[in-house]
Amino acid sequence: MVILFQTKPSLLAGAAIVGPLESRSVFRSYFDVVAEDELFQEKTNERGQSRLITDTCQLVMDKAQIKNLDVDYFLSGDLVNQMTPTNFAARELAVSFIGLFSACATSVSSVIIASLLTELGASQLAIAGSSSHHNATERQFRYPVDYGAQKPATAQWTVTAAGYTLVGKYNPEFPYVVAATVGKVVDFNDTDPFHMGGAMAPAAYETITTHLKQRKQKIYDYDMIMTGDLGNIGLKLVKAMLAQDGISNDELKLIRDAGAEYYGEDKSFLAGASGAGCSASVFFSYVLSQFKTGRYKRVLLVATGALLSPLSFQQGESIPCTAHAIEIAMN
Amino acid sequence: MKQQQYKTIEQQITPATPYVLNAFKAFVVGGLICVIGQAIAFFYMIFFDFTEKTVGNPTVATMIFISMILTGFGLYRKLGQFAGAGSAVPVTGFGNAVISAAIEHKTEGLVLGVGSNMFKLAGSVIVFGTVSAFFVALIKTLLVMMGVLQW
Repeated sequence: MVILFQTKPSLLAGAAIVGPLESRSVFRSYFDVVAEDELFQEKTNERGQSRLITDTCQLVMDKAQIKNLDVDYFLSGDLVNQMTPTNFAARELAVSFIGLFSACATSVSSVIIASLLTELGASQLAIAGSSSHHNATERQFRYPVDYGAQKPATAQWTVTAAGYTLVGKYNPEFPYVVAATVGKVVDFNDTDPFHMGGAMAPAAYETITTHLKQRKQKIYDYDMIMTGDLGNIGLKLVKAMLAQDGISNDELKLIRDAGAEYYGEDKSFLAGASGAGCSASVFFSYVLSQFKTGRYKRVLLVATGALLSPLSFQQGESIPCTAHAIEIAMN
Repeated sequence: MKQQQYKTIEQQITPATPYVLNAFKAFVVGGLICVIGQAIAFFYMIFFDFTEKTVGNPTVATMIFISMILTGFGLYRKLGQFAGAGSAVPVTGFGNAVISAAIEHKTEGLVLGVGSNMFKLAGSVIVFGTVSAFFVALIKTLLVMMGVLQW
């Protein structure tokens, strides 16, 4: 299902704050703050993540020179049970808030909802985005952080990062949302929680091909298509699927993945980065900045999410996945 | 794209698990941990009043203590990523499972956090260890009763 936005909701500002380990990221110079303390001066991982969210939102507001009461809606989510870090951050922001869960695809699904509210005229300014905290996420989905389990080469590293953007009415000086595709839930019966890239690749493929088909576009119409957190192997899988449809290698070079590039060539992160903060921190810092410099005129951002829980995996369920896309352009 | 078609592509692209290399690393690291354990056992036997039969308990306690220190400093998980079963199977792996869960749940308090979650990972080792020990003892008892074995 592709949505075409008539009023061109614009992304008026963006900010990303990351944890200490993310100083190793290739996108480091685009992040606004690299924190020195992984707890963000709080007592627990979860409170730290809350602080990470409020600080990032504050930075977005500072950049746009507004205060929290100027914001109409806060749309966001994270990966912790019941999304308490985001809910608690919303308590501090004190604006109308809807928590959204699309796992790691929340970075884009939140922008889609914010754009729809803007299009409707219900929102003048809305903050959208998502975050993840490595320790808070790992303890919930996998093992305790200090447990010495061997992860396979397909495993990915959940980032500690938050990325938020301010969605408002059309402003020609900023990139705007042209269209969006709300992804279906795709399940190709993958069951390995240490191979999320493999589980999510079909969802990314489905959303990319649907968007291009309904928009009657080719990959060449974009300066870049960037997926969220497929990782090295997931990215290869999406490219292999598209190659089977007869898409040339030159075109496939325009497809990049935030998770695969996040930590550069560092092998200790295995297949790359993941987490709701991975796509958000890259999309709303690096990608938006590339519009400013004029390098990009049109990109497709495809955030991917694995909709599993530790319970569903232990009960033998497969991993359903989704991918949401926004087409962003700037004149 | 059909699911079957995708599975073929996925198998081609996903790197195979290097079982032989992993087994080799596990053998070397696991072996080294056992060598250290043996050295500690000799230490207790030479400098303290322990015999080969009684030295097991203090040796295991010392090994677990070392593994707990390493876990606390975040080093055991790095060893685990390299060694796999080599660092998970020896008793030090058991210590790591206990202390990592304890550290993790410290934020939920001593009773509901540390107390009730400490054996979250290691609990299954205790359950299946006890159960299998019971059955091994039962089999041996039967064999002794039949005169096949002696105690």
